[in-house]
Amino acid sequence: MSTPEFQVEGAPTLPEEPVLVLEPGRADRNYWTDLWRYRELFLILAWRDISVRYKQTVIGVVWAVVRPLLTMVVFTVLFNRVAKLPSDGDAPYALMVFAAMLPWFLFSTSLSDASGSLINSASLISKVYFPRLIVPTAAIVAAFTEFLISFLILVALMFHFRFAPGWNILLLPGFTLLALLASLGPGLWITALNVKYRDFRYVIPFVVQLGLYVSPVGFSSSAIPNEWRFIYNLNPMVGVIDGFRWCILGGDSPLYAPGFALSLMVVTFFLWLGISRFRKMERRFADMI
Amino acid sequence: MSDIVIKAENLGKKYIIGHQDESSRYVALRDVLMQSARGLWHKTMDLVQGKPIISGDTMEEIWALEDINFEIQRGEAVGIIGRNGAGKSTLLKVLSRITEPSTGRLTIKGRVASLLEVGTGFHPELTGRENIFLNGAILGMRREEIRRKFDEIVAFAEVEKFLDTPVKRYSSGMYVRLAFSVAAHLEPEILVIDEVLSVGDAQFQKKCLGKMELVGREGRTVLFVSHNMSAIISLCQKGMLLEKGRLQTMGDMHKVVTRYLSSGTVLNGNFTRKEHGLGNKLEIQRINLENNGKTSTVYYNSQKLVVQITYTVSEQLAGAQLTVEVLTESQECLFSTTNLDGDYEKRELDPGNYVAECPIDLQMFRQGTYYIRVTSSIPCIEILDTIDDLLVFEVFDDSSPLLKLGQNRRGVVLPLIKWRHILSA
Repeated sequence: MSTPEFQVEGAPTLPEEPVLVLEPGRADRNYWTDLWRYRELFLILAWRDISVRYKQTVIGVVWAVVRPLLTMVVFTVLFNRVAKLPSDGDAPYALMVFAAMLPWFLFSTSLSDASGSLINSASLISKVYFPRLIVPTAAIVAAFTEFLISFLILVALMFHFRFAPGWNILLLPGFTLLALLASLGPGLWITALNVKYRDFRYVIPFVVQLGLYVSPVGFSSSAIPNEWRFIYNLNPMVGVIDGFRWCILGGDSPLYAPGFALSLMVVTFFLWLGISRFRKMERRFADMI
Repeated sequence: MSDIVIKAENLGKKYIIGHQDESSRYVALRDVLMQSARGLWHKTMDLVQGKPIISGDTMEEIWALEDINFEIQRGEAVGIIGRNGAGKSTLLKVLSRITEPSTGRLTIKGRVASLLEVGTGFHPELTGRENIFLNGAILGMRREEIRRKFDEIVAFAEVEKFLDTPVKRYSSGMYVRLAFSVAAHLEPEILVIDEVLSVGDAQFQKKCLGKMELVGREGRTVLFVSHNMSAIISLCQKGMLLEKGRLQTMGDMHKVVTRYLSSGTVLNGNFTRKEHGLGNKLEIQRINLENNGKTSTVYYNSQKLVVQITYTVSEQLAGAQLTVEVLTESQECLFSTTNLDGDYEKRELDPGNYVAECPIDLQMFRQGTYYIRVTSSIPCIEILDTIDDLLVFEVFDDSSPLLKLGQNRRGVVLPLIKWRHILSA
């Protein structure tokens, strides 16, 4: 009773038919089961986003490698050689930068893809029904595959620097999920707002650009003075990046627990905000888009 | 047996649109700045309060649907007709959950698949094969189901050779065929179709109509919007007539179509424009159907019908053409004629008022009701004016020797053709 059962042979009716009542402002009781029922569409949209991403480009998927790699080189030269900032413990600076680059690019790509997703599928939204939540989440899946590719670079770098990770690396999937959730919350909120007010289309590239310098990507968050460290974690990406570094670099980059807890709370808050705003507005998307 | 699958109670849908105030078209820079500042302030307030941005000074509520009540039984094929802006598409959008109603309640039993546009979600970069899966999933088919019907879909669309070509390289005909073919293989319990049959070539349209008829016979409920009266009559037993957002009548499809054709049109054989100054370069002011110099809607087929068109040209035009279409009762075009036929020199029109007359010989017409539509355009360049109101006239057969004999003849027209017989040796 979970998948959409379409009759094949015409004849008798299904034993169980969903009865749907549409009323203004009525909260949909089957919201989450409906979402589950449309999981195939979710997969196909995600697959579409992935396979279309590098169509008609020359080097194709190599772009997913080039971007973080070059940024890493520039940041290492800039922050380590020019600004003489210290690394975490004995970890090579380039590796420390890359360990932050991974979640940062995951976050920024999925945030910008998710927030533009609804407008980009305007024709779909005004012509067919499906749970709208599928669109931004599918966009995030596409960003996630790019993350997996850049992850291979990390492995190569670790071999290069002969840096063996500790047991913490096993917790990396958890932090990856956290990075995704951190982008999903604001992403949902902004993509819904974008439908109504196109201003937000201009806000996101700006936020992402600024965020790269505000988050501890090119430097270690231990470079922040101690009295500010807790407040600094109001930026949820601080917690995520610290978590990544802790997983990859191990003891060289200890996790600052109170700050991490704060980041976690901020992520949860935005996730709640994003989903509730999104659900409130989604029924009128087709009228406004 | 009352097996109601769709039930609407007091259904309504409201839109808010903005109008630009006539008096607020400022010229001075200071006023323009003031105006923008005020606009910015209002928009910011809207944003804070979470209201959608509506550009304009005055707002108006538009009820696209109002107080709609109906019930649809399982397996019924219902045709929805009405003029442009009557709310047909809005009703379909509410039915297929794309937008929520503003008032009332709608109860639906079973799963709805809607087809408001063929090729929704097609991605130009993906191949035909990939797009079949994508489009199928968007329309609500399961992957396993698409896989099972895949060969059938491809054969129906006649695109076997180009399956692995990106659809952006397809001709528009191939594109539409593929898109429609996916849609034609949908098998939901309730199928909602907007005017999608207007695309594609005539032969493919016919094939699609056949496929849809099959769908109806399998016990599925179909809701179908179209302007093509003959298609809608052949597909649907029951009809619904919408007018200005309200449900005018519901019942036997034939009766509803007849009512629509007589109510939606101007019955007295003339048309006079009421709104002026729409900025058309050529504006049709008046259309008269004349019988011997008098406005009339009734003709014997021994008489001549004259379509008299009064129009205004507001700027110099080259190659402007007036077209008169004669439609049958089911709104199929019998023929069309233009004032430039046989006169291919591009005529220059100076600004001014003109009267054009188009005499139509009624000898070939069968007894019955016909409609006339008048449009004006510069062929292949732009449409100048279109009159939505159809003019109506009736033809009675008084003189034709075929009057009795012709009753059972097939054919849209009934020409009297004198045969020649030659004894061949």
